[in-house]
Amino acid sequence: MQELLTITFVLQTLRITIPYLLPSLGAVYSEKGGVVNIALEGILLSGAFAAAAGTYYSGNVLFGILCGVVAGILISLIHSIITITFKANQIVSGIALNIFAFGLTKFFCKILFGSSSNSERIPGLETLDLPFNPFLLICVLILAVTYFMIYKTKFGLRLRAVGENPEAADSLGINVSRVRYIGVIISGALGGLGGAWLAMDQHSFTDGMSAGRGYIALAAMIIGKWNPLGAAAACLLFGLAESFTLQFQDSGIPTQFIQVLPYVLTIIVLAGFIGKANPPAADGIPYEKKD
Amino acid sequence: MGKLNKYILYTAGPVISIILSLAIGGVLIVLIGQNPIEIYLKLFGETLGNTYGIGQVLFKATPLILTGLSVAFAFRAGLFNIGAEGQLTIGAFASAWVGFTFVSLPWIILIPLCVLAGFLAGAFWAGIAGYLKARFGSHEVINTIMLNFIALAVVSYLVNNIYLVPATIHTPEISPNAVLLRFDVITGLFKGSPFNLSFIIALAACFVMYFIIQKTPFGYRIKTLGYNANAAEYAKMNVKKLTVSAMAIAGGFAGLGGLNFVNGYKHYFELGFSENAGYVGIAVALIARNNPFAIIIVAVFFGILEYGGLTVNTLVPKEIVTILQGIIILMIITFTKIFDKKINIKKA
Repeated sequence: MQELLTITFVLQTLRITIPYLLPSLGAVYSEKGGVVNIALEGILLSGAFAAAAGTYYSGNVLFGILCGVVAGILISLIHSIITITFKANQIVSGIALNIFAFGLTKFFCKILFGSSSNSERIPGLETLDLPFNPFLLICVLILAVTYFMIYKTKFGLRLRAVGENPEAADSLGINVSRVRYIGVIISGALGGLGGAWLAMDQHSFTDGMSAGRGYIALAAMIIGKWNPLGAAAACLLFGLAESFTLQFQDSGIPTQFIQVLPYVLTIIVLAGFIGKANPPAADGIPYEKKD
Repeated sequence: MGKLNKYILYTAGPVISIILSLAIGGVLIVLIGQNPIEIYLKLFGETLGNTYGIGQVLFKATPLILTGLSVAFAFRAGLFNIGAEGQLTIGAFASAWVGFTFVSLPWIILIPLCVLAGFLAGAFWAGIAGYLKARFGSHEVINTIMLNFIALAVVSYLVNNIYLVPATIHTPEISPNAVLLRFDVITGLFKGSPFNLSFIIALAACFVMYFIIQKTPFGYRIKTLGYNANAAEYAKMNVKKLTVSAMAIAGGFAGLGGLNFVNGYKHYFELGFSENAGYVGIAVALIARNNPFAIIIVAVFFGILEYGGLTVNTLVPKEIVTILQGIIILMIITFTKIFDKKINIKKA
């Protein structure tokens, strides 16, 4: 019994960690290339809605997940066009996209399901009839691939170059915009996948169901010092904390204290109390080619 | 280049953006089988066609003026305040707390006290981000975002665990002496709308910002810091102190935004009251180019959208206006980039 409880606890923790981890790894791709992606919150939300709608109308969970990923890519594509091609402010674009996604998902939820607050119930991952949770496996794989991609491949080197010193990268013949586009679009795909998990896990879409997870994912990335492994560790820490509060709901610790943990930690890390957190040097700065 | 030409280019961006955004919104409306022209006519007609609608619009515009000022003021000092949402939340709670705690005070003391509480609470909250920037050099953008969520959690704790009125989701009611009257009650105009005296406070705040920035040595230092932080340092200005005070004043403006809902409308504090006013304030400041008087016009425009959504809700989901808000901001940051480049090229 004791053991069963522990396994349940571990699984619950991992289940909570998934929707932090996927967008957080996405954020690493985007920011390593020099683009801040606050739109991850809206990407998660759009991913969740598209996954729910896709699954509902096709009856196929895999198709639904694909819809979620595509929705995430579409939002990140808008973010890329506005911030990389037109060089507009990345923070404002992200916030606007979050407002946009919040409205858009509610709008279509009303049109498709007759209620702006939740969708019909959808089949979940159990229909795949697998002996394990495929998202957990995907998460581990993506984490490994991300680490390898960023630190061991030519693409990763280029991505880091355009995030650290776009002028130098440009002078070496690297297409700064293209590399940045790829980084942001990967972040959109991962964020969309994270959103799809939310819908699958809850067997429906509810309005605003991302509930700040996109921001927590960004916080985790900062606490993890822009390193995929660090980000994953931070996500796991947040998942653990949340899991504890669920387990010990009558412990007397107000849930709000656990909720603020990621945010307070981020501020502490940024202030430099836990080693130095160095973002990519050109993070957040549009690259303007000098003529 | 002539001054007139410059103004035309400055307003061209927002105007084109709004028209294009309405067109995109129109496509969505067609998609769900409605006539966009009819919907827009209804949206603007019912908001501006009668005094009740106008009252509703001005009511919605009031907090947006204040959060817009907040973002604009920080921006003049070169600081990007994404934290108006949190500052607004903390300020609103503080105004409510004073209002339901010191119930026996006469209105002439209690109302200024509520205003002061809102200002100081918002100022304190933004001041944290200012201090972190001044002391540790950590970026105010991320810190203000984090502080938004912390503010929400703190206030949620206070409301749900300490001050909750049983069987409701809000705090106790404020004293009648803390109420900012509706214009309806005072003048009989704007019949039935919640448009109230806090609008006057918002207008006064615009003048205060104008006065500080344009007429005081402190404002001059703020502007210098905003134009060029190195120059401010060379001129032996205390950049750290300026950073903290600029953020604090910005936060104070946002903190006043809660008066509209708490003291002017519902007379209690409730979570979710802000309806994203803090984030929309960023758009307001941006479109108004941080000009305190232009902020009033832009806030009223967003007020039209927000109330307008409710008037067409039976035909089109009211979220159409949330979508429009998002698209308008995206368009505006894109087009101002394009037009500013034109302005700069012509200058050179």
